Amino acid sequence: MVQNHILMTPPIIAVNNVRKAYGEKVAVNDVTFAMPPDAILGLLGPNGAGKTSLIRMITTITAPDSGHIEFNGQPLSGFHPTQIGYLPEERGLYKKMYVGEHLLYLARLKGMDKKEATTAAKEWLAKFGLENHWDKKVEELSKGMQQQVQFIATVIHNPKLLILDEPFSGLDPVNATRMRQEILRLHAEGTGVIFSTHRMEQVEELCEYIVLINQGANILEGKVADIRRRFQDDKFHLEYEGDLPAVLKERYEIINPTPSGVDIQLRDGQKANDLLRLLLDADVHIIGFQELLPSLNEVFIKQVTQLDPTNTNPFDTQEA
Amino acid sequence: MKNLWLVIQREYLTRVRRKSFILATLLMPLGMAVFVVVVQFIFSYGNDEQQRIVVVDEANIFNNTLPDSKNIYFKFRSDPLDELKANMATDSSYNAILVVPSVTNPRLKNFRVEYFSDDPLALDTELAINRRVEKAMRKYKTTALELDAKAIAALETEVSIKTRKITVEEGEDDDTSMAGIIGAGLGSVMGFLMYISIFVYGMMVMRSVMEEKMNRIVEVVISSVKPTTLLLGKIIGVGGVGLTQVLAWMILIPGVLFVVSLIFGFDPETAEQLQAGSAASQVDPDELQSIVEKTLAGLDEMNWWVIIPSFLLYFLCGYFMYAAMFAAIGSAMGDDMGEGQSLTLIVMIPVILGFYIMMAALQAPNSSLAVGSSFVPLFAPIVMPARLPFGPPAWQIIGSLFITIAFSGFMVWLAGRIYRVGILNYGKKGSLKDMGRWLFSKY
Repeated sequence: MVQNHILMTPPIIAVNNVRKAYGEKVAVNDVTFAMPPDAILGLLGPNGAGKTSLIRMITTITAPDSGHIEFNGQPLSGFHPTQIGYLPEERGLYKKMYVGEHLLYLARLKGMDKKEATTAAKEWLAKFGLENHWDKKVEELSKGMQQQVQFIATVIHNPKLLILDEPFSGLDPVNATRMRQEILRLHAEGTGVIFSTHRMEQVEELCEYIVLINQGANILEGKVADIRRRFQDDKFHLEYEGDLPAVLKERYEIINPTPSGVDIQLRDGQKANDLLRLLLDADVHIIGFQELLPSLNEVFIKQVTQLDPTNTNPFDTQEA
Repeated sequence: MKNLWLVIQREYLTRVRRKSFILATLLMPLGMAVFVVVVQFIFSYGNDEQQRIVVVDEANIFNNTLPDSKNIYFKFRSDPLDELKANMATDSSYNAILVVPSVTNPRLKNFRVEYFSDDPLALDTELAINRRVEKAMRKYKTTALELDAKAIAALETEVSIKTRKITVEEGEDDDTSMAGIIGAGLGSVMGFLMYISIFVYGMMVMRSVMEEKMNRIVEVVISSVKPTTLLLGKIIGVGGVGLTQVLAWMILIPGVLFVVSLIFGFDPETAEQLQAGSAASQVDPDELQSIVEKTLAGLDEMNWWVIIPSFLLYFLCGYFMYAAMFAAIGSAMGDDMGEGQSLTLIVMIPVILGFYIMMAALQAPNSSLAVGSSFVPLFAPIVMPARLPFGPPAWQIIGSLFITIAFSGFMVWLAGRIYRVGILNYGKKGSLKDMGRWLFSKY
């Protein structure tokens, strides 16, 4: 850490050996990670893995039993919530309040004064096409609009750190796309983003860096591309026209044959170049040849089963 | 501090401008006015069926004079009883016969008259007959026994107790005869106000907590505000709502009642009837005047400098401690509201017990029960206001207030600890055991 301070700006969030237990149940067990400087951080794990417990500590709603969290190199304190925007998984609005008034209330709780909050709220509502809804009661809004208002309330105070817990759950595709665009824009403007989810495909769309949490522990961390490469297991996809030589089937294991191509699994010592050479020698009309990288879902299942062989599919069991 | 103020503002404003609040605040005095009018109407209705009673005065105690009263008419007849009975069906000039038998012994203690009618004897008719016969018998006996009417009148003595203080402070009247009644009146008003406020506004705090939890807004809010700040803001905000409502009622209710009395007017005759039989009807105007004066003097003599500030303190403490308890219960409620109803019982039982102790304390403000309860912080805010007008010793007020203030602070702290865990516990309601666990959990 000391070196970090000297060499570069400290990460927005650094979590160091954090542990949190509720009674007997250890929700977060010795988790350590730091936000990379310019990547959206994906906090991944099945339901009940400890993501929300971890996030509640970062947002200062709860405090760690041991370990510590740093915000921009300073210990997390009561002042930092004004610099964090948090969209919880369980979220809602006061149904009887007016939209404008509601946004002002939440923005002022984040330390904005009334005037700047009003300007910001109007700007954001206009951005989402909701400028005519200032004097509407929240309960009069459609569900999608309410979710947009929730999002605005999360970002209205220009937080340095945005924490989104399952932000896309229950969102229709149009709203999801709009929110994704806004998240990417804010990130491009320098806002740190932590994106927590149990949906792997969403992480792959948004995040360059992930932290995998299972049963309260950080089990895998790194750049998405690196991780997938690390978990690649010599599988290649071949797209071709015509017939494959018989010798190929003898020497190599062929999986998933489809009309346009096949997946080929290399065995010990087999090299991609040898495979290609064989195909070229047989004069196969090759349209495409690429390495198959595992999806994060596969990586996750692999990693979890590796640590705990009895748990073959953590997602299915946890979600049931 | 700024956030606390924002929370208070929100809690207050969103409630005060709600239609239901405005309606309740305005309709309650109107409702009371309607109630008063209806009650007055019911009482004034009385018996509109005419009672025409034939009196057979065998004893001749009435001397052929019997005053009628409203809807009850007396008529003397000397016809034989059997004939009167037989003619009753055809003769519509009477529907009852009163037979006053001759008096054989002027010293008799019990005297029975007979009333013949197919209609049951109405209460007001019975009262009218009783009073007339008693009066006539008295007169008759006085003559028969050759007694001095004036001497007999002198036998009756109305006794009143004039209580006087032994140690009288300068400028103070030593006469405390009305103090008991005034104290009880004032005490019951204050105790009752306390009791109602705890229930109405404590419940309001509980609903507010549950609403936030069910709306799932609470996690958003506590990512900016400490849970204790939110809780405190809620209690203060709702308290402000309660204060607004009570103040509005204090102005509106007497106002509306005044207007109602102007419009409908109080029929003097019904008022007289209402008081008929009660002691007040016998009070002569001079005496009434002196009672009013004494009441005013008694109110004036109340130690307002002690009563008002102490009452306010008890009121605040009582509200805070019970509102905090209601909030803790609300935070433990699950998504199914009905499931958690039993939890509210824990809070309601001490309030109700306190209320009954208060009723007892009004009768005996210095009983060991009343004094003891003043030092039980759960009861003190309800019991002590009722005792205040009776001038309890200073050490009791100070001691009780000290314990109550400390306890309500402790209660708010305790509720805060349950609340901060409870609000994030979605789904099932927390049990008492859970709440105990939350109390001691680190957060």
